Amino acid sequence: MDGSQPDPPVDPFAGFPAASPAAIGGAWQTPGSFGAAGRGPRLLSGGGRRATVISTTSTLVVLGALVAVFLLAPGSSQVRHTFFNPTDMWQSFVGDPKKGYYSVGEAIWLNIRMFLAAEVLILALALLIALIRQSRSPVLFPFRVLSLIYVDFFRGVPLLLVLLAIGFGVPALRLPFVSTQSAAIYGVATLVLSYSAYVSEVYRAGLNSVHQSQVAAARSLGLSQATALRHVILPQAVRNIIPPLLNDFISLQKDTALVSVLGAIEANEAAQIYSSTVFNYSSYAVAAILFLILTIPLARFTDRLIDRDRRRRLAGAAT
Amino acid sequence: MTGAGGMPDPGVPDPGKPDPGMPGTGIPGTGIPGPGMPEAAAMSGTAIRIEGLRKAFGANQVLKGIDLTVSTHEVICLIGASGSGKSTLLRCLNLLEPISAGRISLWGQEITAAGIDQNLVRRSIGIVFQSYNLFPHMNVLRNVTLAPRKALGTPRLQAEEEARALLSRFGLLDKEAEFPDRLSGGQQQRVAIVRALAMRPQIMLLDEVTSALDPELVAEVLDVIRELAAAGMTMLIATHEMGFARDIARRVCFLEEGRIIEDAPPAELFTAPKDERTQRFLRRIIAAGRL
Repeated sequence: MDGSQPDPPVDPFAGFPAASPAAIGGAWQTPGSFGAAGRGPRLLSGGGRRATVISTTSTLVVLGALVAVFLLAPGSSQVRHTFFNPTDMWQSFVGDPKKGYYSVGEAIWLNIRMFLAAEVLILALALLIALIRQSRSPVLFPFRVLSLIYVDFFRGVPLLLVLLAIGFGVPALRLPFVSTQSAAIYGVATLVLSYSAYVSEVYRAGLNSVHQSQVAAARSLGLSQATALRHVILPQAVRNIIPPLLNDFISLQKDTALVSVLGAIEANEAAQIYSSTVFNYSSYAVAAILFLILTIPLARFTDRLIDRDRRRRLAGAAT
Repeated sequence: MTGAGGMPDPGVPDPGKPDPGMPGTGIPGTGIPGPGMPEAAAMSGTAIRIEGLRKAFGANQVLKGIDLTVSTHEVICLIGASGSGKSTLLRCLNLLEPISAGRISLWGQEITAAGIDQNLVRRSIGIVFQSYNLFPHMNVLRNVTLAPRKALGTPRLQAEEEARALLSRFGLLDKEAEFPDRLSGGQQQRVAIVRALAMRPQIMLLDEVTSALDPELVAEVLDVIRELAAAGMTMLIATHEMGFARDIARRVCFLEEGRIIEDAPPAELFTAPKDERTQRFLRRIIAAGRL
């Protein structure tokens, strides 16, 4: 990580520049304390008044510097006008069909709907694939091969290409029903196909993380394979993978924006229509802000779960 | 549930009707079959018959021809060094490991035959592991009631009532809402025993159940096992507790390298072992201060 360090890095914090402890809230200053207190390096962890003063000052300095660079840059006023013009931001947010552009604020609902639909389907399809890949039965051998090919394929091909292939290829087949769906439906189908490949691997890691002795204990009580899986293995597996699962869903939320290439009027597409109608990019800033409003709560929630999980494990290890 | 799977299903109680329990028999109020219980009374003679049992993991021969007969209500201790095959033998009996050769019968019914419903067999044989293996995501009560509810179809309230009876019998009633990681090792192991008993097995297999415990917690678990023995439970116990084996076992089997070297009442085996390998093992145990 730090090649210039001459001696072996015994101190795990050796690679950090001297200024960094304050910059991240002073948590690293007392590395011994977070184990004992049972809490991790939270963004704003305690450490007394002095640490608070230092972290506040440091935050102000860093933010101030960034704002200063932005404001003092030669093209600053140009950029502010093109990307962050309040009038344009508001107009693109509320939209005006008469002038030929859609509301980005309304269009984000399509992203939310696509995300929610895809999430449920991904959880189901990925679990099925993971279970098939984990199965031992010789009868399921062809399905194991198929699911392996599936996972390899959809993890390897860029999402955008799959989106184009399905969004334009399936309608071209001119099949009844299947070929006459909306762009949003093809978008959801693509997201499900692509993300299920990833999420099935997450599930698989979760299933492997449950110790074999738990299977033995469940089976020894006379529970069938299916019952043991449902009540003993899966609940423990899912608990272990909630953080990586949520991580994938954060990126799924963003990737709904890719469906714009099929012409679905979601936030990104609405922003693009606005910008090409009015020749101002502020609509993209609106879309970005709306995506942040969606993803940040989920990200913080994931952090809290990871934190809680670690605390629980520390508590478990102490007894 | 009865018949179809192949097992005559001798003593697994009908989930529909809880057996009333006879006063003065078994462990009072728990439904643990004692010598006088109706289902246990029907059971007599040879409980387990193991013939020519072999088990190999790949090229590694772990059991090299075990012959053993266990009578109903008999308690047999298996002793021997680690790796001698004690645990594997118990796991084979519970059908957790497929056997390589030989046969195992329970009350005359071969359970290693093809087409046997393993889940049905396992309901009548409880096994308790060295590492407890409680379900960490469930509290004590759910640990105990899971199998009766999901395998026997016992209604929740009835399963909980029976579980509480067992828990209170073994001094664990105040722990019913606790999660396993909040319990001591001894408490966890007692819960594991209660969890196995909740299926009302006819036979209990105990696999070094005190080996993972701190010394001061061993006694509480051994007391539970004594109680089961007194209630007439047929048991096969793999153990390193030689004193305990001497007290509780009707017979002690010494295993070495996958074979039963000596099989004798404890008074005989511990004081006048016939085989030279048994003598050597016991000398080492005595030297280690374990006897």
